[in-house]
Amino acid sequence: MSQRQETGTLVLSVGDRDHAQGSADAPVTLVEYGDFECPYCRQAYPIVKEVQGRAGPRLRFVFRNFPLTEIHPHAQHAAEAAEAAGAQGAFWQMHGRLFERQFALEDDNLIQYARDLGLDADRMAGELAARTHKARVRDDFMSGVRSGVNGTPTFFINGARHDQRWDVDTLTKRVESSSS
Amino acid sequence: MTALRPGTAAPDFTLPSAPDRTVSLRTFRGRPVILAFYPADWSPVCGDQMALYNEILPEFQRYGAELLGVSVDGAWCHRAFTENRKLHFPLLADFEPKGAVARTYGVYRNGEGITERALFVIDGDGTIRWSYVSPIDVNPGADGILRALDALHTAPVGP
Repeated sequence: MSQRQETGTLVLSVGDRDHAQGSADAPVTLVEYGDFECPYCRQAYPIVKEVQGRAGPRLRFVFRNFPLTEIHPHAQHAAEAAEAAGAQGAFWQMHGRLFERQFALEDDNLIQYARDLGLDADRMAGELAARTHKARVRDDFMSGVRSGVNGTPTFFINGARHDQRWDVDTLTKRVESSSS
Repeated sequence: MTALRPGTAAPDFTLPSAPDRTVSLRTFRGRPVILAFYPADWSPVCGDQMALYNEILPEFQRYGAELLGVSVDGAWCHRAFTENRKLHFPLLADFEPKGAVARTYGVYRNGEGITERALFVIDGDGTIRWSYVSPIDVNPGADGILRALDALHTAPVGP
């Protein structure tokens, strides 16, 4: 019953369900599994932006939710708020806002951010209360578990888990070597 | 040292799970057991691995599987670590004689005094069905464990 399978391979392909920046035709896809309350993910947020800037149209970036709710009590609702903003066409705006204001992630804060972004805040409040996006966040999480996510953030480059450092230079080099 | 291979009977052991409590492997007969050896409490990568498994615990429980973390740290150290990370599964202290259980599983690092970062999935009959030794600095995640548990469910019954 020995099994020889690679650990750390993305099992859920990037598709229409995903929040993506950049073209589907880009030669490199960077997937991040992240948690809005994770300090390392907050560190990664400007790093990914910088890598995107350097790589330009060669790179597509996808963010999936991986809330570690036992150690981050606000992470689940923050993820659902990002998805609720996504339902109003503003996932990335909320994604940025949550990382920039990671110190304030109470439900009242999340609803205020929706208001700040010009979204329908009442709708977001209703969806948070009804747990409308809970299943979606769970699907993201389980796809990460099955792909070998090993903490947050975990990056996949063209489907392979990136086990090295994720500073700007290292990530950029990996993106460039994957695009040639 | 080579980690015990699938098909091998899992060596039984009794280890402290708390300063005043012990856990024996044989008491889990009839259910799968996940043994997760890790180098040390408190190192940031280890915290990630145990915190991750803590989060995935309900998924392991769907298979009726028991998760046991094992390191050479003492029971008091494990207690502090468990409370700090809010862990809901036992951490066993392979502390005295140091690393004895890790040695029987072939995952002790002589000279360094710590265990490998090694995973074993043991079936309800006490046979190792999957084992994996990760590079010491790479958290292996849980995908391999879940595939091994899937395989237990689809495996034919009997020898």
